[in-house]
Amino acid sequence: MYKIAVLGDRDSVMGFKALGLETFFAEDAEQARHTLHRLAKPAGGAQSDYAIIYITEQLAELLSADIDRYKTSVTPAVILIPGKTGSLGLGARALQNAVERAVGADIG
Amino acid sequence: MASATINPTRMELNRLKGRLKTATRGHKLLKDKRDELMKQFLEIVRRNRELRAKVERGLEQANAAFTVASALMSPEMLEQALLYPKQSVELDMRFKNVMSVNVPVYDFHTKNEDPAEIYPYGFAQTSGELDAALEALANVFNDMLQLAEVEKTMQLLAEDIEKTRRRVNALEYVMIPGFQQKIRYISMKLEENERGNITRLMKVKDMILKEAIEERQAQDARA
Repeated sequence: MYKIAVLGDRDSVMGFKALGLETFFAEDAEQARHTLHRLAKPAGGAQSDYAIIYITEQLAELLSADIDRYKTSVTPAVILIPGKTGSLGLGARALQNAVERAVGADIG
Repeated sequence: MASATINPTRMELNRLKGRLKTATRGHKLLKDKRDELMKQFLEIVRRNRELRAKVERGLEQANAAFTVASALMSPEMLEQALLYPKQSVELDMRFKNVMSVNVPVYDFHTKNEDPAEIYPYGFAQTSGELDAALEALANVFNDMLQLAEVEKTMQLLAEDIEKTRRRVNALEYVMIPGFQQKIRYISMKLEENERGNITRLMKVKDMILKEAIEERQAQDARA
């Protein structure tokens, strides 16, 4: 049984709480990085409880290296969502990157 | 690439021929795998693009509604209203095998079945905009889940395609030409030896013949 986490600034993720997801607030990069790693890899090397971690693009922009680390593992799936200030196009760019990686060239 | 370390022997030649055969077969199989993975991948990418657009649009609406709601209500009230969720979501994860890549499939079930039960607060003290915001969020949630599934699948497939592509290229441009060159080197060396052997035999035959003739001539002279 897995859980779903939402990570972002307070205003962006508040609503998800009502849906029954677990929300975590982070206002700066350091805090966000800490929370992300704690969620994805709990101490002691145990299997993570979270299958999906949604993270706002505003935070994701600051810790792309940390997010890339989880790209190749099956859990958790770290998925970018637009925060309250709207989409930065990072999610679309991640898609582009994956295509480039697979095909070896940008096929648009 | 014919290094000095290979022995030009028939045994080595046979061994190399076997390896070349295996490599060629492996190359063909991996190439097929890559092509099929690519096909699946492009399909996933297309779906991902659609879903992402949909989710981003939905969340934008929900966020807009939240902004309105938080303008109408005090932050404390808003927080209080959302503090204790009535709903909780649990996620089941299965794995699907796509060309020997394990990709996750998510099944979620909510504790509260009634879709009208998402509002964790009484309606008296909250504004209607909050209801609208939550409803928008609930609507987009299903798509968000699908997006997570598709996006993870895409990442895993991309990784595997990259790996397979490298293997195919290594076989095609390094291993197979290397084997071919070694095989050519050995067979040329063996042929060379063969020719050397034949000339030597002919030479020896000449010498024996000459000796026999001389002996015969000596006998004739004595007679």
